[in-house]
Amino acid sequence: MDNTQYKNVFVFAEQRDGVVQSVALELIGKARDLAADLDEQVFAVLLGKGIADSAKTLIEYGADKVIVVDNDNLKDYITEQYTQAMYQVAVEYKPSIILFGATTIGRDLAPRIAARLGTGLTADCTKLEISEDTKEFQMTRPAFGGNLMATIMCPNHRPQMSTVRPGVMQKCSPDASRKGEIINFAPKFDASRFAVKLVETVKEEKASVDISEAKILVSGGRGVGCVEGFDKLRELAKVVGGEVSSSRSMVDAGHMPHDRQVGQTGKTVRPDLYFALGISGAIQHLAGMEESECIIAINKDKFAPIFAVADLGIVCDLNAVVPLLTERLKKEMAK
Amino acid sequence: MNFNLTKTQELFRQMIHEFAEKEVKPLAAEIDEQERFPEETVKKMAKLGIFGIPVPKEYGGAGGDNIMYSIAVEELSRYCATTGVVVSAHTSLCMVPILEFGTEEQKKKYLPKLASGEWIGAFGLTEPNAGTDSSAQQTTAVLDGDEWVLNGNKIFITNAGQAGLYVIIAMTDKSQGNRGISAFLVEADTPGFSVGKQELKMGIRGSSTAELIFDNCRIPKENLLGQVGRGFRIAMKTLDGGRIGIAAQALGIAQGALDETVKYTKERKQFGRAIAKFQNTQFQMADLQTKIEAARLLVRSAAFKKDEAIKNDRINYSADSAMAKLYASEVAMEVTTKAVQFHGGYGYTREYPVERMMRDAKITEIYEGTSEVQRMVIAGNLFGKI
Amino acid sequence: MKILVCIKQVPDTTEIRIDPVTKTLMREGVPSIMNPDDKGGLELALQLKDKFGAEVTVITMGPPQADLMLREAFAMGADRAILLTDRKFAGADTLATSYALAGAARTLEWDLIITGRQAIDGDTAQVGPEMAEHLGLPQVSYVAGLEYDGKSFTVKKQTEDGYQILQFEGKGLLTVLASAFKSRYMTVGGIVDAYDKEVEIWPADKIDYDESRLGLKGSPTKVVKSFAKELKQPGVIHEVDAEAAVELIINKLKEKHII
Repeated sequence: MDNTQYKNVFVFAEQRDGVVQSVALELIGKARDLAADLDEQVFAVLLGKGIADSAKTLIEYGADKVIVVDNDNLKDYITEQYTQAMYQVAVEYKPSIILFGATTIGRDLAPRIAARLGTGLTADCTKLEISEDTKEFQMTRPAFGGNLMATIMCPNHRPQMSTVRPGVMQKCSPDASRKGEIINFAPKFDASRFAVKLVETVKEEKASVDISEAKILVSGGRGVGCVEGFDKLRELAKVVGGEVSSSRSMVDAGHMPHDRQVGQTGKTVRPDLYFALGISGAIQHLAGMEESECIIAINKDKFAPIFAVADLGIVCDLNAVVPLLTERLKKEMAK
Repeated sequence: MNFNLTKTQELFRQMIHEFAEKEVKPLAAEIDEQERFPEETVKKMAKLGIFGIPVPKEYGGAGGDNIMYSIAVEELSRYCATTGVVVSAHTSLCMVPILEFGTEEQKKKYLPKLASGEWIGAFGLTEPNAGTDSSAQQTTAVLDGDEWVLNGNKIFITNAGQAGLYVIIAMTDKSQGNRGISAFLVEADTPGFSVGKQELKMGIRGSSTAELIFDNCRIPKENLLGQVGRGFRIAMKTLDGGRIGIAAQALGIAQGALDETVKYTKERKQFGRAIAKFQNTQFQMADLQTKIEAARLLVRSAAFKKDEAIKNDRINYSADSAMAKLYASEVAMEVTTKAVQFHGGYGYTREYPVERMMRDAKITEIYEGTSEVQRMVIAGNLFGKI
Repeated sequence: MKILVCIKQVPDTTEIRIDPVTKTLMREGVPSIMNPDDKGGLELALQLKDKFGAEVTVITMGPPQADLMLREAFAMGADRAILLTDRKFAGADTLATSYALAGAARTLEWDLIITGRQAIDGDTAQVGPEMAEHLGLPQVSYVAGLEYDGKSFTVKKQTEDGYQILQFEGKGLLTVLASAFKSRYMTVGGIVDAYDKEVEIWPADKIDYDESRLGLKGSPTKVVKSFAKELKQPGVIHEVDAEAAVELIINKLKEKHII
């Protein structure tokens, strides 16, 4: 394979119901750094139906070119339809790098395309960089439940592909004056391979904000004890304008739903403030929250690993502290 | 000589450990507090075949061995001694005598129901005036045409009221002494049979312990277990096996209490450091774990011998199982008492499980032969007839 | 119905610790377990067996020690177990792994292939979809529910903000979430029989393969470096009563301009 034939950093611009997902903008932000180091350009690939207007947004956030495939087959995300389109884009434009969000769509689509292209894919990267000396693409990701970080390369195959979790990379500030090129691309679809039909999409009502978007998280672990214990946490969260999340043990115990789980097997969060209440801090949990701006941990065990990442550690019974804190904050907020 | 579990036994240990930790442990305090029979756990265990471990597949059992059975009782009792004794009494005291002394018809009729857990089994030997002196049986069985007619009372019967089938020991000919005692199979819904008052106990409070009442209870002639006059021997043989179950229960209680204590002493800080860091803690705990391991070897060795005895009826394991029970039950009492002590004031509260474990441990020195009875059995084996 | 379930033996990553001095993984004493999502997949297959009398074959690629996990699968109710083991498979990344598994799948008969969503040692979620691609199968990932009417499969796919209902007829590949399929325990009878059954050991020669696509050679990605994660420097720890704790927290929140 002649690697020099492959150029430019591509981003799969994931959209849902016509709305470009935040992770796509974050990836464009990262792609800008990579493209600058390689002296190449950033391409966003926008697939869907009636989505062409979003191309401008992608340019504002840093894409040099946007490849738009606007087609009835792409109205909803279905693996095979999207694979056919994205595969043909890759074959036509020969990118050096393709980035996907590590979402339920990106993690479904990327491996399918990697296998069709016969190239490598690195999942859930937390760091992407171009080596200074050799200009090689290095992808770093956690493995073994976050216990170990591994740097991975894809030296002899192109494109080099990776998925990145939402919230890991930083978006650029949008610039409405940025200029970019919009390219319409028309792939040939083989409908005989469209085996899966979408029957319905159901959004489950969530009054609360997704924990990976929350600015403040009140997170509970084994020390909370029970379902009722989380009521106190919810009250605290309400007062500080945050969301309630939890460690894996409370999800496994059925006390909290899976979408509230922070950690390697849950969500990666990076709030401004993270309360770790009765969370011992297993490495898999730390992997999902240690990048938080400020961590306040309360735990009865002073040797709990959570204290190693806490900005403020308090050895005390959370069930005694939380109600008092909630009352006090109510007064502070009223001022 | 090989001290390792076989691959099958090891796979079984993993399963039963996970089951006990995930399904049994969360209910242990509740069933103790409420003195409630753990019906939901019994259903789950039935589904997995835990009620038929040493029963051959041809009779609906799992086709396992007595080592596996002892591991099951140990692991269940590590978290909940009540659950352990439900399985132990059912297996050792009801299914095994049918397996060893029953006719082919009796085995075919009763073992599939028992091994699948559809029926729980129980065993009635003890009477108000026949405890350690179990030959002083006052319950009588008289043959009347095609039926045996039973009259009398049994007390302290584990699984009473929950069981579908009872192995009952009764006097058929008082003039013959021990040789006038016979064994019978009584189904729970037999007219004339009823369950009396529940005992309120110190420990194993979730298990059912009650009186059995026989008031002209008529059972078919073919429900005689073994031969007429062989009942005392059947009872003693049954208890030889049962003691392995109780020894395993004691072992599990001891290990469970020690596990809790290791965890607690690592967390609990006094004088600025974890109490596990004090040498007194470490040395006492080292001694306790050593005793537990010794008890485990006695239990496994007795279970191994029982398995050997199935193939060769000249092998006698009475002393082995008596030693296992004597030692394991005394170790359980010692470990749980010290576990409470290590927990200090908290250990005396129901917030920590060692309080329950200490209460549960005591019964293992009493039932299926007190420690004194075990010493009699061991000494009898040692001295022979003197 | 015949179902092929791909399972993997993994170290229980919740038990893994980093040596604070050498910064390396302490693997000693860490138990090997059946990957949780794969176990969920096996559970789904066994539920289909309970309902429709499906024949369930489990397959794994790994070292000979994976035998233990296959015995566990037997004891849970699997009918047949295959261990793909060969030096030629060593060092495989997800592409090479999925290539080998797809090769093995081609020599077997099945109506449905089930894999776990992802394995807890790698967390890639790639082998299932890549395998589906090699075999040209439709896939549904993140499966949280399944119905079968004798003709078509109706699948519930978990998404970030709800779920989708997808449908397909004929053969397909599903990647399953453990949280949706609470796996059953091994039965005692199953355990007793597990070691009497045969685990079929398949070397590479049992499948059709292009050597350049197997193992390390067939792996486009290379791990060039691995290292323990740097933990954040700890802040101050206070052992205080609840009132004092509240004061400390309030001060911290003020310092961070949160209140």
